[in-house]
Amino acid sequence: MIPVALGRKTRVLAAIVILANVFGNFFLSLGLRHSGAGPIVSPHGYLAALANPWVSLGVTILILWMLARLALLSWADLSYVLPITSLGYVLTAMLGRLFLGEQIPAARWAGIALITAGVFLVSRTAIRTAGDRR
Amino acid sequence: MNWLLVALVVATASLGDILQTMRMKRHGEIRDFRPGALGRTLAAVLRSWHIPASLGLLAISFFAFVTLLSVAELSFAVPATAAEYVLSTVLARWLLGEQVNWKRWMGAGLVGCGLGLLAL
Repeated sequence: MIPVALGRKTRVLAAIVILANVFGNFFLSLGLRHSGAGPIVSPHGYLAALANPWVSLGVTILILWMLARLALLSWADLSYVLPITSLGYVLTAMLGRLFLGEQIPAARWAGIALITAGVFLVSRTAIRTAGDRR
Repeated sequence: MNWLLVALVVATASLGDILQTMRMKRHGEIRDFRPGALGRTLAAVLRSWHIPASLGLLAISFFAFVTLLSVAELSFAVPATAAEYVLSTVLARWLLGEQVNWKRWMGAGLVGCGLGLLAL
């Protein structure tokens, strides 16, 4: 049985992991639109994009996401972390629709639902199926 | 161009993850989480080519994702990169010898079908 304190800590950190991933990607996308630089294909383009405060905020939040996910994985099962991560696909699409004005056709919503279901199904399988290779 | 970028993001991320898993499995389960022990583990795994190569691949994946976001909608780019689940499942079966049961293949198949709908 999971102690109450650990259960609460897990839920709080899980929420941080989901929201950091969704908002990190959202701010990255918002900043790239604001900079209006078009397709970025050169090192100079990446540096110029980082000068945009929204892009910097997005990258900072994604670094926090990676650290929070590592911390969560130090005690929570991967099979717990994976399905909650898949919720991010739906939330990301909703942010794109609500705040970036993206027109999401029915086929894309259906695709996102299938991807979420697929990730959820993968997460319901055993964490470890191969032994250590020394 | 969008799907080419998705392919680059997914291929580099999957290969990076496979290399990391390969090296960490060879190291074995980490049981000592004291800072000194973690530092020694990090130094040990960084000495092999797997981890530096995987970090390079994951960096390429991130920059390709930024390029993808500069040309594609957010609601397309993020779900499309879930193709990593399909590729990683196949590579994990071939290169890592993981036992992929029907549930995991079916999950990867659903992700594949979802990607097909995104492409419409």
